[in-house]
Amino acid sequence: MSTTHAPEVHAPHGSHAEPHRNYVKIWAILLGLLVISVTGPMLGIKLVTLITAFGIALVKAYLVAKNFMHLDIEKPIVHWMLVAALALMVLLWAGVAPDVQKHEGQHWKKPPVATHHAPAHDSHGGGGH
Amino acid sequence: MSDVKTIATQRSAMNIPTGRLAVWWVLVSEIVIFGGILASYTMHRMAHADWAEQAAHTNMWIGAFNTFVLLTSSLFAVLAHQAAEKGNGKKASRLLWMTIGGGAVFLTVKSFEWTNEIRHGFTIQSSGFWSYYYTAAGVHAFHVIAGMCLMAWVAGTAAKNQELHRVENVGIYWHFVDIVWIFLFPLLYIAK
Repeated sequence: MSTTHAPEVHAPHGSHAEPHRNYVKIWAILLGLLVISVTGPMLGIKLVTLITAFGIALVKAYLVAKNFMHLDIEKPIVHWMLVAALALMVLLWAGVAPDVQKHEGQHWKKPPVATHHAPAHDSHGGGGH
Repeated sequence: MSDVKTIATQRSAMNIPTGRLAVWWVLVSEIVIFGGILASYTMHRMAHADWAEQAAHTNMWIGAFNTFVLLTSSLFAVLAHQAAEKGNGKKASRLLWMTIGGGAVFLTVKSFEWTNEIRHGFTIQSSGFWSYYYTAAGVHAFHVIAGMCLMAWVAGTAAKNQELHRVENVGIYWHFVDIVWIFLFPLLYIAK
């Protein structure tokens, strides 16, 4: 392994020059959001469940990324890396979703799912295999 | 060897310490791994309304408790980073061990939960839902174990006030594992 002396990076321990944050307060907010995400779906309303469970998951993830991972003061290269990874995820979704979620269409053949869920689709989607 | 270090731990070609940049690269690859699992699960879940019957057997309270545990462990991890920033390696090490404790509680709860589910006949081969459930939660649990091992190693050096920049690096990884669980929780435990 090649070793050498090299100039130190400027921040102490190579860390961020971190602004003051009240981490306990942020943790308390996260716990409050957790309570809402658990109690919201108990109402049994689909829209409320979507907002309280999945909407709040996004908010919680944002708070952790911003305050605990310090993404808000991270260098732009990291933001670009993350955007690229998320774009790949969306690309995966866009490429695979039609095969997984669509049960009918022109030149469409999906026998197991079509048989199990919607037999009527066979008559619509059997345009030519 | 004691006073020389590998160049990779000290240079900063992108104006970001190389160690931290490496952690972000790891996380980018993890996003593709977990993103693939979560995206494909969501697609199949939306295409199979009957999976809701299977999802109804998961225990939301256990999932919520484990979310609480991981959020709290993330607090310890970021407080460890704060202590390291102040040059207090012993405190950082202590807080890292508390974070590891959080991971241990998470895994213990998970093992009891899985044991109970398997005893009730819900195995990885039971249905599409349970395949995804065990795969996603299992891959996540593996990352928790990896994080605990890394953190124990970093805590050891931090206790000697050495390599304190690693406290932040391992913390970033741990917070990511926490974020993955934040999304797994509603997908596997709430959407029924």
